[in-house]
Amino acid sequence: MATQQTQTLGRMLLAPAVVLLLIWMIVPLAMTIYFSLLSYNLLNPGMERFVGLENFEYFLTDPAFLASLRNTLVLVGSVLVITIVLGVLVALLLDQAIVGRSIVRLMVIAPFFVMPTVSALVWKNLLMHPVSGLFAWIMSSLGMQPIDWFAEYPLFSIILIVAWQWLPFAALILLTALQSLDEEQKEAALMDGAGAFSTFFYITLPHLARPITVVILIETIFLLTVFAEIFVTTGGGPGLQTTNIAFLIYSQALIQYDVGSASAGGLVAVVIANILAFFLVRIVGRNLEA
Amino acid sequence: MARRTSTTRTLVTTLAAWLVGFVIFFPILWMILASFKTELEAFSTPPSFLFFHWTLENYATVQERSDYLHHAMNSLLIAGGSTLIALLIAVPAAWSMAFAPTRRTKDLLLWMLSTKMLPPVGVLVPIYLIFRDFGLLDSRFGLIAVLCLGNLPIVVWMLFTYFKEIPKDILEAARMDGATIGKELIHVLTPMAVPGIASTLLLNFILAWNEAFWTLNLSTSEAAPLTVFIASYSSPEGLFWAKLSAASTLAIAPILILGWFSQRQLVRGLTFGAVK
Repeated sequence: MATQQTQTLGRMLLAPAVVLLLIWMIVPLAMTIYFSLLSYNLLNPGMERFVGLENFEYFLTDPAFLASLRNTLVLVGSVLVITIVLGVLVALLLDQAIVGRSIVRLMVIAPFFVMPTVSALVWKNLLMHPVSGLFAWIMSSLGMQPIDWFAEYPLFSIILIVAWQWLPFAALILLTALQSLDEEQKEAALMDGAGAFSTFFYITLPHLARPITVVILIETIFLLTVFAEIFVTTGGGPGLQTTNIAFLIYSQALIQYDVGSASAGGLVAVVIANILAFFLVRIVGRNLEA
Repeated sequence: MARRTSTTRTLVTTLAAWLVGFVIFFPILWMILASFKTELEAFSTPPSFLFFHWTLENYATVQERSDYLHHAMNSLLIAGGSTLIALLIAVPAAWSMAFAPTRRTKDLLLWMLSTKMLPPVGVLVPIYLIFRDFGLLDSRFGLIAVLCLGNLPIVVWMLFTYFKEIPKDILEAARMDGATIGKELIHVLTPMAVPGIASTLLLNFILAWNEAFWTLNLSTSEAAPLTVFIASYSSPEGLFWAKLSAASTLAIAPILILGWFSQRQLVRGLTFGAVK
């Protein structure tokens, strides 16, 4: 039983972390809310005035917002589908008897440790360059017309790079989950004459349901704010084709210096993230009881 | 009972797995190879795979022309500094929640987790303005503070999941033997907590090293870590692929090695203990 003394000590030890996080959360957020109600451009200092919800009206009815919302959803959705489908396949493969499994594992996990600016620039130049990239060479060797990836399919190019970065994460988590699956259960099913496919769909997949949910939620949090990959490759273009919400807010804040509108956009992003966070916190919280 | 798997099957799965591993790893391998080519060879079609003139020239050029070591030092100071400070704040907090939990501990943990879900763009404007007004733009101190606070929830969480697994009986046994709280901390808890703290340190160092939102927005040259340094290659002049590759290889090599050691902790840390 915790004594009075340990409880007081416990609170004292907890205080710095709690206070700092509270400040970190409340101060900037309060400022964002305040700015979002002002007409405030850094290029016209001293001209700030209260405009109520005008910034939200401006941000939400701006065609750029709808375009960036669409791009964000396509980016998040595609990367989730690619990483989870391929992640399950890779995890199933690595769960088999393999000579040199640990080396294969290292190769599969490696992309996750590459900083975003490096992966984006290496893919853009060394692999996807329309003339000298490796993909162009492979395609012309096969007698096909090389693709100018970033000009013809800009959003898909970003999706490809981001999916490559996150596939290892999905595969590693699903592999970890697979390894905790009871072998005897699978063997019993096989003995009872279940085929490989029905074993997968009735035993393996249900076992993976929870880890897949966790992967979806965590990836979504990070994918909603993909930034560096767009920043160093397309700068949001051509036009608005690769502008996601994070990049739109960045460009309004630090390129157009429109503090009011960028703050309103920031709050919209916070609301979207909070809806998702709600579900994740519930799932993790349930796990905490166990 | 050992399961018998046919040799053919093992052969097929092994080949398939190596092929998949190779394809996933290939962009990194290709980059490493390009870093040893001359600019002309790196850019030429058809590409040369192994039979090119191997050279270390790019590595020398990268250091000479753009002072790679300065940015590497920034990365080290920012990632290391923010991780160490976060640990100093988080170890007592996690210790308290694991060993003297109250009714509110669970809510507190979930609240901390939810602060991590605040998207950084949501607070970009105020942080940028605070930095501008306090002269923190392009300063290492500012980046250390932001990355430390940004990663604090993950650090607390990871430490908590490790500390929770330390058996409480051992503390009671020590107390019976007349150990004071101080002695308990130094002789009993610390040795058991060190592996968890080390894993947490490793994972957060990696996350901070690769962080590319705050670093890109809040630093330009003096305090710029490697993420920003590499981004400067996005608006290049002339042939630059081999130099980009050399700079990139240098930027990811240390973290790739550290990362490979921390695979297990990665799963646990990034899923907040939901998958072990």
